[in-house]
Amino acid sequence: MSQVTFVQSINQALHDAMEDDARVLVLGEDVGDAEGGGVVGITKGLSQAFGCERVKSTPISEQAIMGAAIGAALKGFRPVAEIMLMNFTTVASDMIVNHAAKLRFMSGGQTSVPLVVRTMTGAGVSNGGQHSDYLEAWYAHTAGLKVVLPSTPADAYGLMRACIDDPDPCIFVETLPALFNKGEAPVRGSRVPLGKAAVLREGRDVSVIGYGRIIQSVAQLADRLAGEGVSMEVIDLRTVSPFDKEAVLASVRKTGAAVVVHEAVREFGVGSEISSLIHEEAFAALRAPVRRIGAKFAPVPFSKPLETASLPSLDEVEAAVRELAAVTA
Amino acid sequence: MTQISDDLLLSIFEKMALLKQNDEKMRASISSGRLVMPYYSYRGQEVIPATISALLRDDDTICTIYRGTHDALAKGCPVDRLWAELGGRATGTCKGKGGPMHITHPETGVMVTTGIVGSSMPIANGLAWAAKLEGSDAVTVAYFGDGASNIGAFHESLNLASLWKLPVLFVCSNNLYSEHTRFAAGTAIDSVAKSAAAYSMPGVRVDGNDVLAMHAAAAEAIDRARAGEGPTLIEAMTFRFHGHVFGDDDAYMGEGEKAERMAADPYPRFRAWLIDEGHASEDRLAAIEAEQAERIEAAIRFALDSEFPPASEVLTDVYEQEMAR
Repeated sequence: MSQVTFVQSINQALHDAMEDDARVLVLGEDVGDAEGGGVVGITKGLSQAFGCERVKSTPISEQAIMGAAIGAALKGFRPVAEIMLMNFTTVASDMIVNHAAKLRFMSGGQTSVPLVVRTMTGAGVSNGGQHSDYLEAWYAHTAGLKVVLPSTPADAYGLMRACIDDPDPCIFVETLPALFNKGEAPVRGSRVPLGKAAVLREGRDVSVIGYGRIIQSVAQLADRLAGEGVSMEVIDLRTVSPFDKEAVLASVRKTGAAVVVHEAVREFGVGSEISSLIHEEAFAALRAPVRRIGAKFAPVPFSKPLETASLPSLDEVEAAVRELAAVTA
Repeated sequence: MTQISDDLLLSIFEKMALLKQNDEKMRASISSGRLVMPYYSYRGQEVIPATISALLRDDDTICTIYRGTHDALAKGCPVDRLWAELGGRATGTCKGKGGPMHITHPETGVMVTTGIVGSSMPIANGLAWAAKLEGSDAVTVAYFGDGASNIGAFHESLNLASLWKLPVLFVCSNNLYSEHTRFAAGTAIDSVAKSAAAYSMPGVRVDGNDVLAMHAAAAEAIDRARAGEGPTLIEAMTFRFHGHVFGDDDAYMGEGEKAERMAADPYPRFRAWLIDEGHASEDRLAAIEAEQAERIEAAIRFALDSEFPPASEVLTDVYEQEMAR
């Protein structure tokens, strides 16, 4: 199997979607080839292949970008709007939260907004407090939106294709510090269904549920601990909303213990929702309360040691897993 | 001055008659408790959408705002479905899920009604972009008030529309108040239309209570947009007779200002002009008014006879397919 980066797989997904469906549009800051095909090159070659009418570079105007995408989507186009960094989605949040998310409902189903918001984020490269936040919980908390956060290039391809196909607005979160990491190449034309988790490792002692870059590290941890007789099941949600409840509950009912982990701050995070679900639906199966691991409840700092300290670590996951594995019913 | 046919003048009058009487019925219905809803009366501002809509086609689209019931009706949104929506009924345009601030009726081009100041404009750009991509010469009207000219989205939208030469009419109904704040107290520039210069597009300030002036400005802007020459900003000067929101005591308005403005009500003015200039007889106009009154009465009956939506509707239309919870 050949290996590709996230940049390559997402570019391929956009290319293939535009080739398959003339309604697919791409817009955002610097997305055209004249502007370099995106700040990290994800949209490289698209304007050359499909023209500057379907691939439009925009001014730095996040509300105008999202408004243009919403209006085009209302008329049946399938815009993929890039809001360069997730923190910048706050500037467009009226368009995303008050409009894209709600127009279908408020119109009684007469209109729909089939768009995708592509946005990058993630701490670890000293981008500081306004270029690093994971805000997926905000959007997952908004009825009408779907949120995905792929952890492999192949999933990124399949989820992007699924988001573009989807009749509702999707937030597609890219992990900036991992964009040039390699993984198995996607099968062209494949889809990863929204709302379906992947079981990265099967195990019987403790379930670790999460998504994004960190869940791949957790899978490596599972391989290491397996040698010591600790059997971890690792679930990559892939879609944050709607998340795969069946996969989560089935795993916890088998293992009887769970750790939830993400790179967003722990407090009021997606992990809290998952933890609640487990306690409400699978309490009898639990040997111990669910453990939540996330970033510290603080803005992302600049200085390297501080930034590292703010992030959830694999050591924390390992400690939680060992503790839970040691609890007997 | 462009000649306007009698047919067009009467079509504008018919819309104005519908809008004026509709507003009166809505306010009366709120006072009597028949309708329970926030209401932002447009009485006094009828000329603007009545004139613009008389020049629009069915495939032209609009995005409007919470004070926008007149914009939706003038564009052709059915009166009965509108009243059912205001009554929260299942037969409403939006099945009772939107209400007065979110009237939507795509069949007549009413694509978005927003309750957020300034948010009609960015979406109007997208609708216009779609028309351009489809190779259609359809245009989009973004309605908003003077208060919206101080929101960032206004400036972002004008810039993008001009840059992309989008077929949009940015129509600012300047009724001299942003909520309770006088225009001059909240806006550094003395005319919204002047902002157009900052974005290299034509900007024109017109008497929005004068059908002929409004017609001239709208016709030119629509022609420009259809010809692919890009957007126009129209600042239509007007006045709202019943304050910001229903129940407003207008205490922030100057002494006598409201009475003076209401004395210059554009509706009777246009009506008298049509007769004086020989465009229509008193009988003809009275008949049009009676027809519109009957349409509204029938709409109210339709709304009151309709059922409320079942509670299960809370979870439908959130997504195309209901999500398991």
